[in-house]
Amino acid sequence: MPYAAVFLAFAVYPIGYALWMGGKPSLYVELIDDPLYLRTAVNTLLFAGLGVNLQMFLALLLSGFFMRRRWWIRALLVIYILPWALPAVQAFTSVHWILIGEMGLVNRLLEELFGIEGPMWFSHWGLAFGANVASYIWKWMPFWTLIFIAGRMMIPKELLEAAAIDGATDSRRFVHITVPLLASLYLVCTLLATAWAIGEFNTVFFVSNGSPVMSTEVLATLGFRYTFDSAKPALGVAAMMSALPVLIPIVILLLRRIQTREVQL
Amino acid sequence: MSVAAASAGLALARRRHRRRRVLIEAGSAVLAVVLLIWSLIPVYNMFLIALDPEEGEVEFTGNIWPPEPSLEAFGVVLTQADRYLESFWQQFGNSLFIGLMTMVLTVAIGSLASFTAGRARLGNGSLITNTALATYVLPAAFLTIPFYLVMHSYGLSNNPWAVIAAHVTFATPFAILLLRYYASLIPLEVDDAARVDGASSIQVFLRIYLPLITPALAVVAIYALVLAWNDYFYQFVLLTTPSQMTVAMMQGHMFEDPDAAWNAMMAAAIIYALPPIATFFLLRRHIAAGLTLSDARA
Repeated sequence: MPYAAVFLAFAVYPIGYALWMGGKPSLYVELIDDPLYLRTAVNTLLFAGLGVNLQMFLALLLSGFFMRRRWWIRALLVIYILPWALPAVQAFTSVHWILIGEMGLVNRLLEELFGIEGPMWFSHWGLAFGANVASYIWKWMPFWTLIFIAGRMMIPKELLEAAAIDGATDSRRFVHITVPLLASLYLVCTLLATAWAIGEFNTVFFVSNGSPVMSTEVLATLGFRYTFDSAKPALGVAAMMSALPVLIPIVILLLRRIQTREVQL
Repeated sequence: MSVAAASAGLALARRRHRRRRVLIEAGSAVLAVVLLIWSLIPVYNMFLIALDPEEGEVEFTGNIWPPEPSLEAFGVVLTQADRYLESFWQQFGNSLFIGLMTMVLTVAIGSLASFTAGRARLGNGSLITNTALATYVLPAAFLTIPFYLVMHSYGLSNNPWAVIAAHVTFATPFAILLLRYYASLIPLEVDDAARVDGASSIQVFLRIYLPLITPALAVVAIYALVLAWNDYFYQFVLLTTPSQMTVAMMQGHMFEDPDAAWNAMMAAAIIYALPPIATFFLLRRHIAAGLTLSDARA
């Protein structure tokens, strides 16, 4: 039971402390009064909703691509995993520089190759926000693709072969065999990834750093600014706690899903 | 007549089949190129900046490869010849210590807890997994500030163990989930057979459970190391003195300074990226074994 002790000391106590810190109703009044907070809350939901769903769907499709038995696809898999293994701070700094100003890599390439003048990425809300989402997908999609590859490998081969003999095309096999069998795994992963994405800090802090004028902040970075730039740690914690109404149902759903799955096994 | 028609139809079908295969191959190749560019552009940019002899340049000058690539920036990092990089190797050592301890503790606690929860046949086995996963109600970043205050009351402020504790706390729930799922593929009868032969629980754990779940442990180990390696927020909040500083914190400071030597920063970044990649390659065999277990089973 060593885990129980560690768990109590380092998970239960800080969570309790967080609830106590962010417990005062007056803090939430202050939050609602801050127009920045509402914008940030919407950003966080958009970031998690868009980022996670895009990433999971693409990861599911790509895991099928990586199941093909070709040497160059296997070699590509190693490179494809690389973003996940790269340290976040440095990788996102690099992304920041790729997009910054007129002289970033992307804008220069646009000009050299197509003669288009690239936009100022961090001066438009949509572009800066999109850059955050794309960077998040860049970093985390490989991880989920690996999980789905493992999931696909658990599907008995006989099942797919039998379907192929009966004349099912690739796409029909995907829809009628792969999707139903992976649905549970897909749902569990999506819930887990959503809970993680709502608390994402590194992506936004290093890619757009909130610009233009703090309009692309998410709850984690806003809490950071409240705590360190305005020296209001309680308000920072309250900003983060305000995600609980979304997070609690996600975790409850997640726990239910895992239990029903254990019964199936 | 009908034979001729049939053979013509067959040839047509075969040609259509061949055309489909060519299309699939071409599609795969295009997708492969797109994925390659997508995955490597930030890495490529890191190398472009690191190899540029001018220290303030982050602009892309239109050259696919720097005209005068130089390893100067790497030299600066190795000899710690920049004001930010004065104690780079000490910071690297700090990062390594935190990363390795997180990895070892997550593997140890994760395997023990998953064994207790999944194999010991306790009535409340799933309770452990559930309470552990409930930690994710609050994502890691949201707990940074309370964690800081709690660590302060434990007398662990400015101590790398506080950071390690935070990482282990957030890595273990996923580790337990993954290990339990993986272990559920191993029939419980294996344990029973060993127990009939007189093995104790500890022997079952060490001799049977651990060797069988090695591939999943490899995945957990990499996951924990990457989690610690990616972290900035916890290290920034929990560690304060220069002697405890990690590479991620130093790079964060450089990021905010417009006059920093960018090429040295990116060279340091590339060096810092090596340990997780090396670990990944070292453990790749085990991961591959883990991913193909189902083949062996079937």
